[in-house]
Amino acid sequence: MIPAAFDYYRPKDVEGVIALLQEHGDDARVLAGGHSLIPMMKLRMAEVPHLIDLQDIAALKGISIDGDTITIGAMVSQHELINHEGLQSAAPILREAALQIADPQVRYMGTVGGNIANGDPGNDMPGLMQCLDAQINLLGPDGTRTVAARDYYEAAYMTDREDDEILISISFTAPTRGYAYEKQKRKIGDYATAAAAVQISKLDGKVAVASIAMTNLSDIPVWSQGAADELVGSTCDTATLKAAVAAMLGDIDPTEDNRGPVAFKRHVAGIILTRAITRAWDRA
Amino acid sequence: MSDKMHIKLNVNGEDHEFLAEPRDLLIYALREKLNITGPHVGCDTSHCGACTVTINGKSVKSCTMFVAQANGAEITTIEGIGQPDALHVLQESFREHHGLQCGFCTPGMITRASKLLEENPTPSEEEVRFGMAGNICRCTGYQNIVKSILAAASELNAAQEAAE
Repeated sequence: MIPAAFDYYRPKDVEGVIALLQEHGDDARVLAGGHSLIPMMKLRMAEVPHLIDLQDIAALKGISIDGDTITIGAMVSQHELINHEGLQSAAPILREAALQIADPQVRYMGTVGGNIANGDPGNDMPGLMQCLDAQINLLGPDGTRTVAARDYYEAAYMTDREDDEILISISFTAPTRGYAYEKQKRKIGDYATAAAAVQISKLDGKVAVASIAMTNLSDIPVWSQGAADELVGSTCDTATLKAAVAAMLGDIDPTEDNRGPVAFKRHVAGIILTRAITRAWDRA
Repeated sequence: MSDKMHIKLNVNGEDHEFLAEPRDLLIYALREKLNITGPHVGCDTSHCGACTVTINGKSVKSCTMFVAQANGAEITTIEGIGQPDALHVLQESFREHHGLQCGFCTPGMITRASKLLEENPTPSEEEVRFGMAGNICRCTGYQNIVKSILAAASELNAAQEAAE
């Protein structure tokens, strides 16, 4: 498969990227790891007359842990995320989730920023970022601005980012101990039939704070405050799990596709969330 | 638009310079411009891993990288891992343990396995299966491939210990 021809750019700094985006408007796209964009270009479902490769921009790389604030550059790969020791202790849910994305080769190339910015409902990082209440840092012609991950997604492939902005990094407060990322997929490399990100903190033997987000069960990630509220003050007993699942099912809106009919997806979503809460509680 | 670009690649220790369109995929540039035909075009959709090469220390499916992205890179293909008269331990091990039947996926399997063993010289069976999950074999099944990689790891480690 051969994509349509394009002009290729590899700027050295973010200013160069913004200048190209301003010059070419929506005829230009940035290329991170390319494992979503290049297949779409090969299928000619995406035509990109001006392709801007971000690989040489040092400012988009690196992971920093400053006190309890974690910042991850847009061009950090899933492979780097998985192998970062500081992150493993500060926010282990990231590694657990990243290990369930695609396959080893794709994880060397696939980036955190690409996964978040792409807006594909099947991507795992958007729901995870909503669970962590991450802030998404964007850079445009007028400087930087920050959008909460929970406000970032508008519809499939539609986000709050403007055409002349790029996602430069994400940041979030290091989460408290109990965590789980649980994902049901048909095979390696597939997107989730259903996935759940759960963070739980415990106080005096009960849930103090909880956050729950679901992936690929709507056209955007679903942060379910209702499900989390059910957990607070409980010991994650069976009745509480059922109530949390019921609340979550009220928030998702899956559609039928080759991963199954709606009833099946709702069934899987319930099982996946139950497993995720149980594991997060055990770790809390 | 889209004039040809001047591309420089170092493949298996040898420098190459050629003209290519930015949209040319790395796998086609390797096979058709440089006549390096070890990496195969399997699915052409980044699923099967037959086109796996090592680029700047990463295992990459070269059907999902434009040659422009690879400009300036150091690349290792199966041709850089072993030669017919001097097989790599992994290649010997695949032969010994029947890790291949038709052989189509084998260059990608061995190229990926060599990187896996470099990063984790003593993998468990589970780690081999997880680390090879981006490579698909359609004939032998995976049992003997996993066995071949585990045996190669033992042999490489024994050789390492003997050298120390």
